[in-house]
Amino acid sequence: MLISILEQLINGLRTGSIYALIALGYTMVYGIAKMINFAHGDIIMVGAYTLYIGIALLNLSIPISILLTVIVCSVVGVAVEKIAYKPLRNAPPLAVLITAIGVSYFLQSVSLLIFKATPIPFNSVINLQSVKFGSLNISGITIVTLIVTTISMIILTLFINKTKAGTAMRAVSEDKGAAQLVGINVNKTISMTFAIGSALAALAGILYICQYQTLKPTMGALPGIKAFVAAVLGGIGSIPGAMLGGIVLGIIESLSKAYISTELSDAIVFGVLVVVLLVKPSGILGKKQNEKV
Amino acid sequence: MEKLFQKFDKKEIRNVAILVIGYIFITILIKGGFLNRQYTSLLVPIAVNIMLAVSLNLVTGFLGELSLGHACFMSIGAYSSAIFTVNTNLPAILQFIIALVIGGIMAAIFGFLIGVPVLRLRGDYLAIVTLGFGEIIKSVLIAMSGITNGAKGLSKIPLYSNYKNYTVVYIIMAITVLMITNLVKSRDGRAICAVRDNDIATESIGIKVSSYKIRAFVISAFFAGIAGVLYAHNVGIIKPTTFDYNQSIEILVIVVLGGMGSIQGSVIAAIILTVLPELLRGADNYRMLLYSIALILIMIFNHSKIKEGLMENRTLSKLFQKKGGVENGTS
Repeated sequence: MLISILEQLINGLRTGSIYALIALGYTMVYGIAKMINFAHGDIIMVGAYTLYIGIALLNLSIPISILLTVIVCSVVGVAVEKIAYKPLRNAPPLAVLITAIGVSYFLQSVSLLIFKATPIPFNSVINLQSVKFGSLNISGITIVTLIVTTISMIILTLFINKTKAGTAMRAVSEDKGAAQLVGINVNKTISMTFAIGSALAALAGILYICQYQTLKPTMGALPGIKAFVAAVLGGIGSIPGAMLGGIVLGIIESLSKAYISTELSDAIVFGVLVVVLLVKPSGILGKKQNEKV
Repeated sequence: MEKLFQKFDKKEIRNVAILVIGYIFITILIKGGFLNRQYTSLLVPIAVNIMLAVSLNLVTGFLGELSLGHACFMSIGAYSSAIFTVNTNLPAILQFIIALVIGGIMAAIFGFLIGVPVLRLRGDYLAIVTLGFGEIIKSVLIAMSGITNGAKGLSKIPLYSNYKNYTVVYIIMAITVLMITNLVKSRDGRAICAVRDNDIATESIGIKVSSYKIRAFVISAFFAGIAGVLYAHNVGIIKPTTFDYNQSIEILVIVVLGGMGSIQGSVIAAIILTVLPELLRGADNYRMLLYSIALILIMIFNHSKIKEGLMENRTLSKLFQKKGGVENGTS
């Protein structure tokens, strides 16, 4: 019993850290551009297909394919921002949100046209032996996922807190106008945020595809939405919040799948979102913002 | 209901006249045999889409909140009414009327339940919560396989609202359109639009923002539920996956293409976007691509310098003003 709970917790930690990687992108973009990038989930899909092209179609080596994936996703993320979101920077939120949904649909239908709707099987690029602790069995993918997530989070935290570009990002998210006055290039900073967020989504996409091993044009939608739930749960706009929210959500999902019902696990995840928004809309680590007239 | 009959000004008489002419036109087409089977089978889907688009427009266009769970209200209407008609044995007319009432009211109750979080949230969060509710309802419908037959779907629903009974469907659709048109023009409707334009200012002049938000949500859900009833009793088989996120987006596309805050626009867009895929059967793969590009371009155009320039030069508004002036002169 104890072992099975521990196994579920570790599974939850694995899925949760993938959610956390995606949630970081949502939270960073929300902090800076004050918009929900609905297309963020589909960047995962773009990443997964790019990896597939690199490895299965172009026969590139694994590290080069991963690098290619990260670059392609960052470019797509920045292109989306430049083409679709930048013209709407001063538009009402409703317009931006509908555009973001449009972009998400656009990415999905393009990949549907190129790769067709039939799922493509994909062999994991992570071939690591599982590790045994007594009767507890931890798979190789889990270990790699946890290591990759931890390293990227540490790098991200250092980047945001210690470098000049990171400071610029924080300044823009605090006050766009003031940041511009002190000489920060706001447009460049926003593009950089999209690039970093999409690069993290690319990593998440690679880890996700190694776990589930099938490619579908709509594969990004559900993890995308769940990662958004994670970002809200942790407090949107807060980077430690996104990490915490992702892991908490992953554990909730894994436990409810194992002990309540597989069919209802999605309902429970969204139930958590509704409850959080009703009880504490600013999330676990979010700052409460007072309404200004 | 009172507001429906309160005052008949010229515009309302015109609306009713257009609806009656539309009905006569369709009847002539059908009786004259101008429509083949393929097109008669589109009549009910068109009416259902008009109802869905007009009711979503109330929330998105007039209240100014994005709802991504409109298909969820539709599914509640469809399932609750279908469970009733499949499991009971009453005369057809009575059964259908009760089914309509059940579908509408159940959807309205859920509209109220979802409307409560609306009070605390706005914009982005609200959109996600409605999306989340849609997913919750879908998984609950799949999980309750005892009543809903799970993912396999509920079948053998009597076909009360198929193309043979297009008169009934048309009347329900017409009532929906007229009621929402009148609601929007009424005092309540102006309050709803005021909430959209500036909710703080609205509250400061003594309009209860939360009450109007809930009201708009419940009314919108009610009509979506009725549309769901018509849908279920047209196709005869319903599955939880029919009413997913994509369905909600398709309704949103209709509303955005028709123009947010324009009921005539929603009606026209619903007709076009239901008939067009049928005409372009071969290009079905490109349909969603075109929809998504249309969504992005319309949003960018609406907030671009080009449109601002057109409005400032008054090339467009002059045209509209002339038209408006003539109308005012005659009335």
